[in-house]
Amino acid sequence: MTAVIDKPVRKPRPWAAPPRPAWEEEPSKAGLAGKGIALAFACLAILFPIWIVVVTSLSSRKTIDEAGGLVMVPKGITFIAYQELLSGGQVTRAAIISILVTLVGTLFSMTVSVLCAYGLSRSESFGHRWILMTLLATMFFSAGLIPTYLLVQSLGLTDSYLALILPSAISVFNILVLRGFFMGISQELIDSARIDGAGDLRILWRIVMPLSRAVLAVITLFYAVGYWSAWFNASLYLNDQDMMPLQNVMIQLVQRQEAPVGLGQAIKTGQLSGLAIQMAVMVMALLPVAVLSPFVQKHFRKGMLTGAVKG
Amino acid sequence: MSHSTVPRSSTEAAAPEKTPVASGDAIGPREKPPAGKLTLRHRFRRDRVMVLMTLPAVLLVLVFNYLPIAGNVVAFQDYDPYVSDNGVIAILNSPFVGLENFQRIFEDSAFWNAVENTLVLFFVQLVLFFPIPILLALLINSVVRPRVRAVAQAVLYLPHFFSWVLVIAVFQQMFGGAGMLSQLLRQNGYDGIDIMTNPDTFPFLLTAQSVWKDAGWGIIVFLAALASVSPDLYEAAAMDGAGRWRRMWHVTLPALRPVIALLLVLRVGDALTVGFEQILLQRDAVGPGAGEVLDTFVWWNGVRNQDFGYAAAAGLIKGVVSIGLVLAANKVAHLMGEQGVYKK
Repeated sequence: MTAVIDKPVRKPRPWAAPPRPAWEEEPSKAGLAGKGIALAFACLAILFPIWIVVVTSLSSRKTIDEAGGLVMVPKGITFIAYQELLSGGQVTRAAIISILVTLVGTLFSMTVSVLCAYGLSRSESFGHRWILMTLLATMFFSAGLIPTYLLVQSLGLTDSYLALILPSAISVFNILVLRGFFMGISQELIDSARIDGAGDLRILWRIVMPLSRAVLAVITLFYAVGYWSAWFNASLYLNDQDMMPLQNVMIQLVQRQEAPVGLGQAIKTGQLSGLAIQMAVMVMALLPVAVLSPFVQKHFRKGMLTGAVKG
Repeated sequence: MSHSTVPRSSTEAAAPEKTPVASGDAIGPREKPPAGKLTLRHRFRRDRVMVLMTLPAVLLVLVFNYLPIAGNVVAFQDYDPYVSDNGVIAILNSPFVGLENFQRIFEDSAFWNAVENTLVLFFVQLVLFFPIPILLALLINSVVRPRVRAVAQAVLYLPHFFSWVLVIAVFQQMFGGAGMLSQLLRQNGYDGIDIMTNPDTFPFLLTAQSVWKDAGWGIIVFLAALASVSPDLYEAAAMDGAGRWRRMWHVTLPALRPVIALLLVLRVGDALTVGFEQILLQRDAVGPGAGEVLDTFVWWNGVRNQDFGYAAAAGLIKGVVSIGLVLAANKVAHLMGEQGVYKK
C-alpha cells in the first residue's frame, strides 16, 4: 500500500542550492543580499520576542534587576519561576485543566470529524447532498453571540467543562479537508475490502485512516491548538475562578499584572521576580505548540487546501 | 484481514458482478448503479452505516449552529434574564416590543462609533496586511536551498499557533509601558512610551499583531499556487527574452490571481468581523472610543450589561449585513470571471 520512493543517486545536500536551469540568469550579489536581509528580518521579528520571553523566564531576580527588566543576554539559568508555578496552586491547576480539556476535546472532535468525513466521502451515497448542504451552509452565517450564549445556558452547560468543548467541537472546514482527502483514496481498494467482508467502520479504521496519516496529523494539530488557545468560552460560561484554564489565568497574570494566588508575598519581599513569573506562564502556553507544530509542518499544505468541494 | 486476500487490480474488484448489488447490502461493492435502478429504500439500507457516521456531526451543527438562530427572537423582546436561568423559559416570559431595540440602536452614538471603528479596522488591515503574505510567499519561493526554506517556513508558521492571549502578552512585553522598547528608551535617557494603551495608533497596533501572528501562515496558499506553475512557462518566457521581473509579472502573478481574488472575496464577505478575541482582550486598555467594534459592542451590552434584547438586535444587524456582503462579494467575483467561494 505504500508508494515506491525513488532513492536519490547522489547524497542529498539540503543546505546547498540545486543546479540552476540553463536558461536562468545568475542572480546578482545585491539581489541575493537583499533577499537574505529581508528573510532574516522576518525570522528575527518572530524569534527575538520569544527569545526575550524565554530568557527572562529563566533569569534570577538579581539578573532581571540588573538588566532593568527584560533580559536579552542570559546570565546563569534558574528554574525557580517554574518550580514555584508548578508546585501546586493556581497555575499548576490551570495547566492540568488545559491539558485535559485539550486531550478530551481533540479526541472528541477528531472522532466526530473523521466519522462524518468518511460518511460523506462517497458522492452517490444516500442523503449525501442534504447532509453536505447542512454542514456547508454554516460557513456562511453565524447565529450570533447572544443566542448562542442563551442556548448554552439553557442546556445547563454553564460551569461545566462541556461548555468548553461542545459549542465549538467541530469545524466544517476541517471536515471538508478530511473528506477531500478520503475521496482521493482508490475506490478499488475499498471495494476489494468490502468483498472480503469488511464493514464501513473496519474499512475506515484499517484502510482509510492508515492511508491518511498526514492529513489526520494536521487536523489533529488544528483542533488541539484550538482547544489549547481558547479562553473566550471559559470567560463566558465558567464562573468559578478555580476552573479556569491556562489562557484565562495568563490574562490575569500578564495582562492585568496580578500576582499568582499564593505567590504575592514572595514577589513583594523580593524572593521571586514577578516578571519572571509572567514570562514563565507565557512559556508554558507556547511550549507545547512550538514543540509540536514543526513536526507536522511538511503536511500543512494538505490541511489548508480543500480544492473545490466535489459532489 | 490478511493482505494476501485483498485483490489489488480493478478487474478482480469488479469480479463479483454476479452477486446482485441490492441484496449484497453492506457486503457488495458500492458501484455506481445506473440511474433509477435502486429505490431510495435500497439506497438507505445500503448506506445506513455511512449516514449513521455523519449523525454526531450533524447533531452538533443542528444544536449549536442552527438552533440558536431561533434565539434571535430576543432581538424583538424586552428580554428579562432574571425570570429564569433557562433561556427558553425567559424568552417565553419576556414581552415582545417590536422594533424598539433597533430604534434605540440607530439612535445610539456608541453603535455608530463601533460601526466606524469596524470599517476603519477592516480597511487598515486590508491595505496593510493583505499584500504581506503575497510578498513573503514570493520571497520564500525564490529561496532555492531546501533546508533554508524549511527552516524559514517553520519560523514563519510558528506564531499562527500561538493564542491571541499569548500574542498580546508578547506585544505587551515588547511595546507596553514596562516593555522592551520603553526600557531601552529609558536606559538611554528618553521617556518611555506605552503603545499598548494609545487609542490613536490602535488600528495599526492591531494590524501589527495580525501580521506577526498570521502573515507567515498566509503564505501557504500562495506557495501552493506558485508550486503549480509549470517550469516550462518560465523557460519559454526566458527563451523569448523575458528577464527576472518580466517573468514575475507575466507568469508568476497571473498564477496567483485566482487565489488573490478568492481571498479578497472571503475577506470582504467577512468585513464586519475584524478580530473579536484580539480586540476584546485590549478593549479596556484603549477604551471603547477606539477599541469598540460591532462584535465587542454586542458582548458589552449583552454579557456585561445584561441587556440581551438590545445586544441581540445589534448582532442580528451584523449577521444580516454579513450574509449580504458574502453574496455580493461572490457576485462581483463571478462578474469578474473569477471563481468565488461557491459556483454559480
